[in-house]
Amino acid sequence: MAMAAAPAQRLPWAEWMKDAALAALVTLALAIPIVGLQAIEVNATLTIRPRFGAVAIGVAVVFLGRLALRAALAAGPAWRMPLARLWAPAGRLLASNAATLGIAIIVLAIALPFLPFASRSTVTIATRVLTYVLLGWGLNVVVGLAGLLDLGYVAFYAVGAYSFALFAQWFGLSFWAALPIAGLLAAAFGFVLGFPVLRLRGDYLAIVTLGFGEIIHTVLQNWVPVTKGPAGIGDVPAPTFFGLPFQNRAPPGVTTFHQFFHLDFSPSQRIIFLYYVVLALGLLTNAFTLRLRKLPIGRAWEALREDEIACRALGINPTTTKLSAFTIGAMLAGFAGAFFATQQNFISPESFTFTESATILAIVVLGGMGSQIGVVLAATILVTLPEIARPFAEYRMLLFGAAMVAIMVWRPRGLLAQRAPSLLLRRQPRGGS
Amino acid sequence: MTGAVAPPLLTVEHLTMRFGGLTAVDDLSFAAAARGITAIIGPNGAGKTTVFNCLTGFYRPSVGRLTLHRNAKDYLLEQIDGYRIARDAGVARTFQNIRLFAGMTVLENLIVAQHQKLMRASLYTVGGMLNLPGYRRAEATAIEKARGWLARTGLLDYADGTAASLPYGAQRKLEIARAMCTDPALLCLDEPAAGLNAAESAELNRLLRDIRDEHGIGILLIEHDMSVVMGISDHVVVLDYGRKIAEGPPAAVRSDPAVIKAYLGEEESEELPPDIAADLEAGARP
Repeated sequence: MAMAAAPAQRLPWAEWMKDAALAALVTLALAIPIVGLQAIEVNATLTIRPRFGAVAIGVAVVFLGRLALRAALAAGPAWRMPLARLWAPAGRLLASNAATLGIAIIVLAIALPFLPFASRSTVTIATRVLTYVLLGWGLNVVVGLAGLLDLGYVAFYAVGAYSFALFAQWFGLSFWAALPIAGLLAAAFGFVLGFPVLRLRGDYLAIVTLGFGEIIHTVLQNWVPVTKGPAGIGDVPAPTFFGLPFQNRAPPGVTTFHQFFHLDFSPSQRIIFLYYVVLALGLLTNAFTLRLRKLPIGRAWEALREDEIACRALGINPTTTKLSAFTIGAMLAGFAGAFFATQQNFISPESFTFTESATILAIVVLGGMGSQIGVVLAATILVTLPEIARPFAEYRMLLFGAAMVAIMVWRPRGLLAQRAPSLLLRRQPRGGS
Repeated sequence: MTGAVAPPLLTVEHLTMRFGGLTAVDDLSFAAAARGITAIIGPNGAGKTTVFNCLTGFYRPSVGRLTLHRNAKDYLLEQIDGYRIARDAGVARTFQNIRLFAGMTVLENLIVAQHQKLMRASLYTVGGMLNLPGYRRAEATAIEKARGWLARTGLLDYADGTAASLPYGAQRKLEIARAMCTDPALLCLDEPAAGLNAAESAELNRLLRDIRDEHGIGILLIEHDMSVVMGISDHVVVLDYGRKIAEGPPAAVRSDPAVIKAYLGEEESEELPPDIAADLEAGARP
């Protein structure tokens, strides 16, 4: 308390001014080429229009903002991080009522397509959110539980998507038949990659997985006879509702969904169905990973994340334990990939770039490593924020970036950093003797 | 209870560990008995922890044979992988700088230690996923065992808190409880009394003696605290610069001149070594 009060007596304005001036100088250097010079087309020739007024405004804003920030920070703990003070109890509440919150989210998710405000685009965005939730939960096993930093997670997503698309093309497999195959193939890739690299730790593992992601991407680009290269694979079949396709006019002999249920055809039926498919996949994944966490294998993953040497001293085989996490994470990405392919109807290497890996990793980190609901919150924020910010046009990615920075400043360990124990002694019935 | 007939639990023969030009452990041989506490003592840098690291598979010895006798079977520790030394041969250890699973709860730490048994009971996760009765029983047994150790170490009230939130002395006890949850044949403790106060240290002595008497396992101990070493050990091995300089019951070791020399420095340091003295004499005489 005394420490915080002391600087309030004599404010070090000179130091703050110097600091703010430095920030303004950096802004100036960055803004002159980026903001200050605008290339426009005048009579089919490219000319440069200076916009130094905008630069001046930007620099002034940064200078004053920095000054205000320093003043606010010096004003003592009451002013410091107001959001963090609000969020800390809220986060604890969320973490301790995770089950209630989870049920509320599930009910909302099931009802979503029939809520009055839900338009077709809302359902499409929700489907995208759920795809990322699926991926986030998969990566959460690898990064959040086992503590293995995987920067190439998109590789397994791609394997799932391409294996479904190719199996559908070659053998005419339907989505439901190909889904387990896509998962198994992705798991096999995870196993094969994991085998040689999992003796590496931390940064080294991250680099190798990054490389693996790039290798898969390059193979997809260049193995034209099989993957059709950058042109991608089209006509990926859509899933059917127990054999009933979602089409306006079916080929002869096939009953479509709307005919069977005597409905009028509407394209949103297919969109809503896809939404429910990914929701069902998500619920299954959630149940699966939550259960894993409470099993010996899940606890061994977490123990491995905490201290690998202690694990070895307790007789836990680090290699097979890591390998199982890597393989299961890859399998879940494979399921998500197959869904992505069927939902998009078309896949190309474009969809499986490093940015995608980074987004999924951001969801896991932002949500709070190892937290299931954290992943849901983070995926919702990360997918919907750019959509909500659409009216801000060109500033939308700026807002997105600022929001991410703000979250990481306020919640450096993620939105929900509290770890729920996998079992509690006080909940255990006392043994007989 | 002289233990003259039974084969020793652990036999160390000609153990040598070199790091480049440095010989950390030099031709060390000793044996540790089941139902016995064997202490390894010596000044700092004598190679005690290196011996532990060789025994528990963290280092591969340059030379030597380490045999663990368990269930009428001999395990050659220098040849098997680190995690299998703990899992199959039953050598559990604690660390000089405590290594708990800090973010997990105290109870979870003890359950993780029973990983092997639970893994088998969960049919390598398949049965656990289906929550088969066999797994549920195994889990209940594991929790009961953990509860027993928590009660013995006085940590019951902390069971559902994180291991990191325990006070220092309690963390040391938890690490011992965790090692015991692996059902070891040999328990290796690396400075268990470091940082403990006198009361905690006396409590530790009692715990270790009880473990030896009730579980019939061997305890190998590295310790600086002489009240622990002299109070509980049955056999003491003294190392200095990687070599064994004395061995025997605590009372004999304590009065051994070589040991006193290693700990307190050269007693006759003013006397010159005989060969140099002879040379000097020869030089002064011509």
